Amino acid sequence: MKIKLLSTVLVLFSLNMQKLDAQTDIDGLMMSKNILCSGLIFGNSNWKNYWEGDFKRTNGNIGNIITNQVTFMANYGLGKNTNIIAMFPYFSTKATQGTLIGMSGFQDINLLVKQKIKDKTIKRIDWSLLTTAGISSPSHRYIADYLPLSIGMGAKTAHGRIIIDGQKNNFYVTAASAFILRSNVTIDRDAYYTTHLIYGTKVAMPNVWANNFKIGYRKNADRFIEIIIDQQKTLGGFDIRKNDMPFLSNTMNFWRMGINFKYQLPRSNSFSLVGNIATTLHGRNVGQATLINLGVFFQTSLKK
Amino acid sequence: MQKKQNFIILFVLIYILNACKKEENFNFINHEALNPVNADTNAGTWLPILLTSPTEFSIAVPMPTNNPNYILEIQEIKSRQNIKSKKDEKTIKYWSSGSILRWNEIARQLVTKYNLPPFQNPDGTYPIPNPANPFAYPTFPFSNPPYAARAYAYLTAAQYDALIAAYYYKSLYKRPNPKVSNNTIEELIKVTKGYCYPSEDAVIAGASVAILSLMFPTEQAYLQDLANQVMNYRILVGANTNSDLAAGFQLGKDVAGKFISRARTDKAGGSLGNAAVLEQFKQNAIARGDVPWQSLDIPSRPGLLPLFGQVKGFLLDSLEVVNARPGPPPIVGSVQHTRELEEVLRYSKNASAENMRIVRYWESGIGTYTPPGQWNAIAATDFVKERYSEPRWARNYALLNLAMFQAAICCWETKYHYFNARPTQIKPEIKTLAGMPNFPAYTSGHSTFDGSACSVLMHLIPKNSGKYTDLSNQGSESRLIGAIHYRSDIEAGLAIGKKVGLKAVDRAKIDGAE
Repeated sequence: MKIKLLSTVLVLFSLNMQKLDAQTDIDGLMMSKNILCSGLIFGNSNWKNYWEGDFKRTNGNIGNIITNQVTFMANYGLGKNTNIIAMFPYFSTKATQGTLIGMSGFQDINLLVKQKIKDKTIKRIDWSLLTTAGISSPSHRYIADYLPLSIGMGAKTAHGRIIIDGQKNNFYVTAASAFILRSNVTIDRDAYYTTHLIYGTKVAMPNVWANNFKIGYRKNADRFIEIIIDQQKTLGGFDIRKNDMPFLSNTMNFWRMGINFKYQLPRSNSFSLVGNIATTLHGRNVGQATLINLGVFFQTSLKK
Repeated sequence: MQKKQNFIILFVLIYILNACKKEENFNFINHEALNPVNADTNAGTWLPILLTSPTEFSIAVPMPTNNPNYILEIQEIKSRQNIKSKKDEKTIKYWSSGSILRWNEIARQLVTKYNLPPFQNPDGTYPIPNPANPFAYPTFPFSNPPYAARAYAYLTAAQYDALIAAYYYKSLYKRPNPKVSNNTIEELIKVTKGYCYPSEDAVIAGASVAILSLMFPTEQAYLQDLANQVMNYRILVGANTNSDLAAGFQLGKDVAGKFISRARTDKAGGSLGNAAVLEQFKQNAIARGDVPWQSLDIPSRPGLLPLFGQVKGFLLDSLEVVNARPGPPPIVGSVQHTRELEEVLRYSKNASAENMRIVRYWESGIGTYTPPGQWNAIAATDFVKERYSEPRWARNYALLNLAMFQAAICCWETKYHYFNARPTQIKPEIKTLAGMPNFPAYTSGHSTFDGSACSVLMHLIPKNSGKYTDLSNQGSESRLIGAIHYRSDIEAGLAIGKKVGLKAVDRAKIDGAE
């Protein structure tokens, strides 16, 4: 039986956003039944330029914001068309200039279910329709209200996503679109300013659209290379004012472009390497991050 | 089957999360409606701050209640009440908590809005907000902590003096509340028993619009809208007629005018100093054998308000300010300095989540209403529980803010007199949990504010003494555990602050309100 593996587990994350956005969520591939694939991804994000609303600038008092992360990830084939995916990242941040201290710690626990809804071949193109639905929650009460150096946004989230994948010979395109709901976040201050002063500790977080488009070449599910375009659009929020600090409920939008690959080691059915590099083309209230991620995965069958 | 399950899971999740995200009214805090334990009808006899007498500004003799024009004003209330809208109900809910409280919240909002340091020019210098051209970037003002302390002080002091005059005239003219003149009027709030001419809410509005328009000149239209809203509300709820409001608004503006004249000559305008002034302070520190302060901002930014220590406060004269200055901080390289530097480094290296929370709670850095604003917020919560009358709200806020304004002056005088370095300047490996303020270390501004607020609030509400002591200690320590201050800075700051606060307490004891 040919094992069609869950492919990549590349983690893309934006540094103002500190959002985990694993490749697995958004690809058109499924893990076979009873197969467990787990591993670690090491990631680095670095930005110097950022946008206050439309205004692109640097800031001598932070220099570059560098974030490193290690994420544990596991994907299990519960059924032929159902995968369960878990992710748990550890983040560490620092600023290269100025006096502000960096932070580190475990961030949000992510759980999601991925399902293949339909396969269909139309005019010799193999199409797949998939969905994901998932939730995430901070693993502990880390300090979110410390952007751009906090390790996360502190919100619970739930998302639903639709993925369409089309393949002809070894070439494929994948498009994914997700709606992410975010819960209110409680901060430690008694009041905060958005477009007006809000007396309260609860921050209403705007929801988010996340879209991806990929085009690539795959030998099989375990060896591929692809170009990816990511878009994130915050539905609401507000702009960082000139020379103000960023805030959790800012509008955080961006366009990013990158390359992903997965390579299963020769003479091994168990080990694979994944990697990605991406750059931010344009943004609003986010850093112009360059991202590099590398992961190592091991797969095994849990079937007796 | 699986397909269906997936969609069901998705929709259930979306439903749950949407339910969690129920709309909260974030626009203002819902407080209880004002319902004073004591109406303080004798407030016209209290000791004003600047007025030489409550009659310094005269108001028109009110027309008698049987005057046809007054009867028309009463009719206006009734017609206004007949067309009450949903929006009116929101307005009533908002303003019925009391005008002093609401204008204080409005002031805190403006401080927050303007508390942003100017962005640098392309050549690395910094533009300066210009009060003569306040709309151009950098907009005027930059409401940093000393600026904010001064704004809160003028606002609350003018409100207090204006209310003393208003209460004097209320007792003099004895115009009864509208409902007493015409019992078909409906009172939609609990209207304080007593006399309604001039309207205390209009007096407060007049004083507040005048002072806040001086401090935040780009907000005049917004402030006037709020004043119109509160005066409209007083008619709507059947508490005042038009003539009560017109007389009150003018009186409030007149009294505020006296404070504005004082503000124009209190030396705050010159507190920006210049390069020569900063150089002199630097040389003084070198002469003392210490390492002079350097800006840690990149690009380097001139120290904040180097001459604010010369501003004329309300509680101490300039000689008393100099005399109140504590002895010098430990000199860099001394045994004590080395020990204190190590302590700061320890807090930086062992920044626990709990410490970070304390630092974040108290930071009150850029884009916030500053430490004096935070104490106004703390006081508001407790003042609401004490169910004060409007004049007592004004008086207690004035005492608190006069103390914090004076604390800012004393602290800034000390900071630039000694001009000492922040811990990170001496040891760059000290990373900070809070933004690095752009002025010398000794004494801690936050601690000085905390001490002064503590003294005043302990006197005003003695049963909360333990709480205020704890809060002021925590606020002060947050600067040490945040690694932006030495222990000497916070201890000396807290001590001087407490002393300054007692000057306000001295005043409280003789102002006739106790």
